Amino acid sequence: MTAVIDRERQDAPAPEPPSRVRSGLARALSPWTVVVILTVALLAYLTGVPLYFLIHDTFSGPDGFTLDHFGRAYGNDSGAGEMLYNSVVFAVGSALLSLVVGGTLAYLHVRTDVRYKGLLFIASFGPLIIPGFLYTAAWIFIADPGIGLVNTLFLTPLFGVDISIFSMGGMIWVQGLHHAPIAFLLMFAAFRAMDPSLEESALMSGAPRRVVLRRITVPMLRPAILGAVLLVFIQSLEAFEVPALLGLQSGVYVFTSRIYLELRSFPVDYGATGAYAIALLGIAVIGVLLSAFLSRDVTKYQTISGKAFRPRPMELGGARTAVNTGVLVYFVIALVLPLVVLVYASLLPFYRGPSVETLRSLSLVNYQRVIDLPAALTALQNTFVLGIATATATMLLTAVAAWLVVRTKAPGRRLVDLLTFSPLVVPGLVFGLALSFVYLRTPLPIYGTLLILLIAYTTKFLPFGMRYASVAMVQASGELEESALVSGASRMTIFRRVLLPLASSGMIAGWIYVLVISFRELSASILLYSPGNEVISVLIFDQFNKGEFTVVAAMGVIMIAILVVLVLIAYRLGARVGVRTDDDS
Amino acid sequence: MLKLENLVKVYSAGQARWRGKSTTGRAAVLALDGVSLEVQEGELFTLLGPSGCGKTTTLRSIAGLERPDSGSIRLKDTTFFDGARRVNVPANSRNLGMAFQSYAIWPHMTVFHNVAFPLEVMPRRTRPGRAEIKQRVMRILEVTELHNLADRPATKLSGGQQQRLALARAIVNEPELVLLDEPLSNLDAKLRESMRFELKRLQRELGLTAVYVTHDQSEALVLSSRIAVMKDGVIMQIDKPREIYTNPANEFVAEFVGVSNFIPGHVDAPNDEGLTKITTNEGVLWATRTANLPRGSKAVVSVRPENIEISTVERGGAVRNEWRGSVVTRAFLGDCVDHVVSVGKVEVRVRSNPSVSIRPGTEVFLCIEPPNVTVVPQLD
Repeated sequence: MTAVIDRERQDAPAPEPPSRVRSGLARALSPWTVVVILTVALLAYLTGVPLYFLIHDTFSGPDGFTLDHFGRAYGNDSGAGEMLYNSVVFAVGSALLSLVVGGTLAYLHVRTDVRYKGLLFIASFGPLIIPGFLYTAAWIFIADPGIGLVNTLFLTPLFGVDISIFSMGGMIWVQGLHHAPIAFLLMFAAFRAMDPSLEESALMSGAPRRVVLRRITVPMLRPAILGAVLLVFIQSLEAFEVPALLGLQSGVYVFTSRIYLELRSFPVDYGATGAYAIALLGIAVIGVLLSAFLSRDVTKYQTISGKAFRPRPMELGGARTAVNTGVLVYFVIALVLPLVVLVYASLLPFYRGPSVETLRSLSLVNYQRVIDLPAALTALQNTFVLGIATATATMLLTAVAAWLVVRTKAPGRRLVDLLTFSPLVVPGLVFGLALSFVYLRTPLPIYGTLLILLIAYTTKFLPFGMRYASVAMVQASGELEESALVSGASRMTIFRRVLLPLASSGMIAGWIYVLVISFRELSASILLYSPGNEVISVLIFDQFNKGEFTVVAAMGVIMIAILVVLVLIAYRLGARVGVRTDDDS
Repeated sequence: MLKLENLVKVYSAGQARWRGKSTTGRAAVLALDGVSLEVQEGELFTLLGPSGCGKTTTLRSIAGLERPDSGSIRLKDTTFFDGARRVNVPANSRNLGMAFQSYAIWPHMTVFHNVAFPLEVMPRRTRPGRAEIKQRVMRILEVTELHNLADRPATKLSGGQQQRLALARAIVNEPELVLLDEPLSNLDAKLRESMRFELKRLQRELGLTAVYVTHDQSEALVLSSRIAVMKDGVIMQIDKPREIYTNPANEFVAEFVGVSNFIPGHVDAPNDEGLTKITTNEGVLWATRTANLPRGSKAVVSVRPENIEISTVERGGAVRNEWRGSVVTRAFLGDCVDHVVSVGKVEVRVRSNPSVSIRPGTEVFLCIEPPNVTVVPQLD
C-alpha cells in the first residue's frame, strides 16, 4: 500500500496552488469583504448622518452659518435658565436616589446575610418589564393630588393634606425609583468584583466594621461608584417619559420636555429645538467621557482571588429584622404597588379611589375598549413587525461588526466599535429630531412610514446588539475559525457555517433583548410616527394625553404581560437580564 | 496555648452543591466533623490535606471569619468561640495575625501604610503615637527586607515581595498567634522553596506561634513542628513530620504524604525474633511493627520507593523480604532513577541512586528491610 502511494507521488507533477488564491484585486473583493465594507458603511451612515444634519441645520440659517437659533433658544425670555436648573436638579436628584437605594441593596445582597435576595433579583427586572411611561402612569394613580390612592386612602382622611406627584419631587421619586435597579446591577457587579479577602484582612487587623467600610471598601470602589453616578445621571438627563408625563402639566420643564413641546407647537422652530438637542448631546458626551475617564483604573483595583471562596456574608445580627423589612418594603413600593395599581385601574370603568362601590363596579370594560380602538390592532401589528425587523437588522449588522472588532486585527476596528456604541450617548428624542432633519429633505418615501421608525430603532439599539454580539463572538473560539480556514473554507462560508452557529445562542439572546426594548421605545417614536404607523407605546401615550386613564391602564397591563413573556424567553436563552444569585455561579 | 475542641460545621446547601458534594449522608454534609487539636507555644502547626478537607475552614474558624456550629476555640485563658455557651468573639477583636493566600494587599495604599494599618486602627486608648507606629513598622519592614520599598504603592511589588508584605502586616502588632492560609501557593516553584526556609527562620527568630494551612506535603514536612493531616473534615493523624512520614496511621496518610507502594495482605503470626509475618498474594513480608493489628486482620503494607533495594543478583540466604520481579519501565529523574517492577499482579515503584539503571524486561530482585515495611490499617 505504502509503496503504491509513494510511486504515485513521485510521478505526479507539482500540485497547482489552491484555486482560492486569486489575484490581488479579486481577493480583496471576495464576497465576505464586500459584506464587511457594506456593513461598516451602513453603520457609519446610520450613526453619523443624523448627527451631521442636526449640527448642520442648527448652526445654519438662510444666510449660512448662524447662531440665531441658539439666541432664540437661550435668549432672555426663553426660560432657558429655569429649564437648565430644572434639568440639573431632576438629573442629580433622581441619580442620587437611584444610587442610594440601588447601592444599599447591592451591598446587602453581596455582603450580608439579608433574607430576600431572590426578591432583589426579581426587582432588578423591573425597569425592563415596566416601561417608564407605564411606571409613571401607575404612580399618577397612586399619588395624583385629587384621586391618587395614597391621598384618598391615607393622607387626606388622616392628616388632611395631599401630595402631588406632579412636581419636581414627584418626578425625582418616580425616575429615581424606576432606575434604582440599574444602579443596583452596576454596584452589584462592583461589589462582586472586589476580592473579599481585602476586607477580611482589614478585620483581622483589628479594624471595626465602619473603619473597614471607610478606609478599604469605599476607596477601592470609588471608580466604580463614580462611573455608576455618571451613568445614572446621564440617563436621567436624557429621560423623556417622566418629565413629559409629570412635568408638563405643572410647568416643570427640562430639556427633553421642552424639545417635545416645541415640536408640538405651531409653527415649529426647528432651529431652536436643534439648539436644545445639541446642548443635551454635549452634556451627555462630556458625562460619558468623564465616566470612562474615572473608571479607567477600575481594573487596577480588581483582584481575582485565587480561591473561590464567596465573600463570607456579614451577619446583620440585631439589625436583621429592620433590614429584612426594609427590603420587603422596597420591593412592595417599587414593584408590587405600581403593578397592582395598574391592574386595579384597568378594571375600573373610570378611575376613582377604592371603596365598596368601586369594588362592585370592577369590570373588563377597559379591555373591551382597547380591543375596540381602531388604532389598537394596527399599533400591535406595527410594534411586532417593527420589533422583529429591528432585532433582525440590528443583530445582523452587529454580528458582522462584532466579528470585525473582536476577531480581526483590521485597522480602524476600534472606530467601528466606537460607532456602534455612539448611539448610547444620544437621547431618544434627539434621535427622532435628527432623523426628521435628515428624511424631511429627501424625496424618498421614508419620513411618515414605518421605515423611518425602523431606521431609528436599529440605530438606537446598535449598542445593545453589539454587546451581545461581541460576547457571542468572543466565546466562539478563534481556533475553531482557524481550523475551518485551514480546511479551505472561504470567509463567507466560515461566517455562515462556523461562527454564526457557534455564536447563535448569544445572538438569539441579543435578538430577543432588542425585541423587548424596541417594544417599549417611546422617545424616538414620539417624533417620528404618523397616523397608521403608531406603535403601542405611542398609542398609550396618546390615550394618556386624551385623559383616558383607565384605558391606559388596561393597555399597560397587556403590554407588561407581553414583555414578561418575552423576558422569560430571553432569560431562558441565557440573556443576562438581571442578577444571578450565588447558587448559580 | 490554642485549643480546639470538637468543632463541627455543617455545609449550607449552596456551599455543598458548589463543592460538588452530595447533600445526603452524614459525612458529605459536614465541613468539620469533630475537629480537636492543641497547638503549643512557639510551634509551627500545619493543617495538611487535599482541597475540601476542612483545613481552611478550621483556620478561618480560628480567625473568626467563619463560625462553627458547635465546639469551642480557646487561646490561653480567652474563649474565642463556644457553641454551647453562645460565645463568639468577632474577628476584629481576636488580636490574631493572618496572612491570606491572595495576600490581600490593599492596592490604594503604600507598603508602609499597609503594614501600619493594624496599628492605626487600634482603639484610641491603646493606640501608639505616630512616631511609635513609624518605628514599629520600619522595624518589621527591615525584618522582612522590605524597608527599601516603604513608600512604594503596594501594587508595584513582585509576588515574593507581596507575600512578605502580607506577612509583615500580620505580625506588626505582635499577635499571640499567626494564621497563614497557603501563603506560598501563588509563588513559582523556585521562589516557593526559598521562601519556605525564610518563613521558618522568621518564625523561629521572632518566636511566633503559627497555624499554617497547605495542601503541599513537602512544604508541610519542611516547615512544621507538627502536622495534622485532614480528610473530609476529620483529623487523620497529628504527629511530628518524621513520624507522619515513617509511621502513617492509615492508608490515606501514607498515600497523601510522600509516595508509597501499597500491597494488600493479612497479618499473620509473629516469629521468635519479634518480626511479624504478613501474607500477601505476591509473597511473604516480614515487618517489625504491625500497628497493633490482631492476627488475621486485613491490612495494607506501605513501602516507600526509596526504601527498596533493586538488584539483578539474588541475595538469598538469611535475607528477609526478597522478592523476584521484572522491570516494566524505568525513568531517569536527574537526582534519582525510578523503576517500575512487576511482581506477580502488583507493580512496585523503586527509587534508586542515578547510577542504577536496569533495562526493562530484566529479571530483578527487590529487597526491603523489615523496619521499612509499614503496616497500615485499611480505611473503610
